[in-house]
Amino acid sequence: MSKQSERASYTDLAHQGLKNAPLQKGLRGIQQRYGQGALHIWDSFADPSLRKRVKAKRESTLAHLDIVLEELTKNIEQRGGNVFFAPTAQDAVNYVLDLASKKEVQRVVKGKSMTSAEIGMDEALEQAGIKVVETDLGEYIVQLNQDTASHIIAPCIHLDRKQIGRLFHEKLDIPYTDDPPTLTQEARKALRKELLSADMGITGCNIACAETGHISLVSNEGNIRMATTMPKIHVALMGMERVAATLDEHASLLQLLTRGAALQKLSTYVSFQGGPSEKGSPDGPEEFHLVIIDNGRSKILADPDFQEVLSCIRCGACLNICPVYGRIGGHAYNSPYSGPIGAVITPLLHGINNHADLCKGETLCGACKEVCPVENDLPRMLSVLRHKLAYGDPQWNVTPHNKSEHRFFSLWSRLVRTPKLYHILIRLSGVLQRPFLSRDNMVSKLPGKFHGWTTTRDLPPIAESSFRQKWLQNKIASKNVVRKGQKD
Amino acid sequence: MSQPKTVSLFIQCLVDSMFPEVGEAMVNLFDRLCIPITYPADQTCCGQPAFNSGYRKQAAEAAAHFLNVFADAEVIVCPSGSCVHMVRHHYPLLFEDDPAMLQRAQQTAAKTFELSEYLVDILGITDTGSTYAGTATYHDSCHLSRELGIKEQPRQLLRNISGLHFVEMNDSEKCCGFGGTFSVHYPEISTAMVDDKLDAILASGADTVTGCDISCLMNIKGRASRRGEKLQVLHIAQLLEPVHGGSHE
Repeated sequence: MSKQSERASYTDLAHQGLKNAPLQKGLRGIQQRYGQGALHIWDSFADPSLRKRVKAKRESTLAHLDIVLEELTKNIEQRGGNVFFAPTAQDAVNYVLDLASKKEVQRVVKGKSMTSAEIGMDEALEQAGIKVVETDLGEYIVQLNQDTASHIIAPCIHLDRKQIGRLFHEKLDIPYTDDPPTLTQEARKALRKELLSADMGITGCNIACAETGHISLVSNEGNIRMATTMPKIHVALMGMERVAATLDEHASLLQLLTRGAALQKLSTYVSFQGGPSEKGSPDGPEEFHLVIIDNGRSKILADPDFQEVLSCIRCGACLNICPVYGRIGGHAYNSPYSGPIGAVITPLLHGINNHADLCKGETLCGACKEVCPVENDLPRMLSVLRHKLAYGDPQWNVTPHNKSEHRFFSLWSRLVRTPKLYHILIRLSGVLQRPFLSRDNMVSKLPGKFHGWTTTRDLPPIAESSFRQKWLQNKIASKNVVRKGQKD
Repeated sequence: MSQPKTVSLFIQCLVDSMFPEVGEAMVNLFDRLCIPITYPADQTCCGQPAFNSGYRKQAAEAAAHFLNVFADAEVIVCPSGSCVHMVRHHYPLLFEDDPAMLQRAQQTAAKTFELSEYLVDILGITDTGSTYAGTATYHDSCHLSRELGIKEQPRQLLRNISGLHFVEMNDSEKCCGFGGTFSVHYPEISTAMVDDKLDAILASGADTVTGCDISCLMNIKGRASRRGEKLQVLHIAQLLEPVHGGSHE
């Protein structure tokens, strides 16, 4: 990740997000409509077991991924397409750069690809002197703003129409307007020129299908259709897990993807690409290149604790329901992958210690698991990530994250196993809290690390007598108490 | 009906030290229902804070202590969904490599229940005969509703409280932002979340919010107090308790 070296912390970026009014408004809207909407779809789905069946198929495909990818490759090559397997991000970038250089590519149009952001494709092309233009409206706005996407599906959710109006006025040299249809028309005009003059189109891949040897791309703007057919060369970047073994699995995944992403039975466009245009056909590119990217995915695949996350189809539904994402927005995650899925996948791809805050910065509420079309248990994986941070894990190059926290829990463990001492300490805390009690018998200021709680909240005090004390002193009246040794 | 089982009270650590009245309410409730109870006094904490922070070794040590303390229990009832989730779902995970302990964990998990679940699903009681004067709304705590699937039981109990007007809030199942140590490590995010929750509660028109987890309620109460909101925050046990029901003003 090229942009990560100078990154600000999760906490700082989260605070910026909390204070960003247009972002807050955008997040509220998207969560109310899409998050709740997706849950409603699953609740009333005509085929209630589809998610479970698809998950089982995903797991079986992942277990045979080598064979499935081989079949995909064979079928695409038979149709005259090129397939390159890139072990690392750099390998993928180099492949595309070499190709661009060989073909003297000067202008590239992109069709929204998170994988390209993951590997730093755009920056590399620009450094090579190639003009890169995003054609997805949201991504185009983000690019004009020299910004990064803050949502997997809705990249510019952090900007409102007034900001976009000012941006277009400044960058596209048009009179200011904040009328969305007018702004969209202006973007369309500008993008059409780019699409007609580009030498290469670069897209991602929503789901590939090994059986038929194609990749599919969903969109609602039609930009993908143009970006994959107008330029002479189409390059598709694909995470190596984004493949269905059969057309049947592919169809099911597509159903779940468009519903999870945008509550649609089908998106406006679904493009299937699997090679160059056939001889004599006016449509399609002269060359088709599929770059299958590992970049750390093999390692995830090899770990039974995390393998499940590769079932993800990047629909973004978990972002639309997560109460943490819903408040801080996507930039805090320091990754093209934000929200709950980002909190799991980013540490796995780019270092667990590097992204410790992503592992710890959630409440494990489980909403993401409930809404996920493939029922990924993200809270479970976050818990495993925390486990690795607690003690370190050489397999994942994790070092213990917080030694003082470790010492605290070791001491805590001894205490909870020594009930008398544990309860004495609770009583002692009750005495020590006295100077901190306010008039209404709440604790309104705590020292040290617990200060975080009382900055914005009061804390009910430790009771004068605990339940245990009252019980042992027979102060709890009950007719039906069975005391120890009394049981018949 | 055969002799009711003796309930071993599993008093969540926060209830024990900060909200003993919730434990007392449970005692009164069981008393009214003529259910024998016992309280293993060596109990401390189920280990959830350590588990959620990743310290599984320490969590397993706390879990082993819990299994010893409750070894003889006929049935274990706790006024907290997240503690029951810990025992039911995470204890077996902690001992997956130790068959003897795993068996003990599974046996204990099978006889551990959350309060509203025990009343409704096991005892078949939906009306505890209590009264409350007020309009109450219910917060679905995350582990209770999503991991234990307990959504209707508390609502049934609340609807049968005489004098209590029950209203639903928007997004009742949305997390309140507590998340254990999350609330201390990320206080600003946590506060933004509890503000959303508090706004939803107040918008419902309720004067009282209740739930089955004191940790969420503590978070809501703490923020309501700082914001100066007039709101009663009571654990469901306190509303179901026959003696004190309706006299919390």
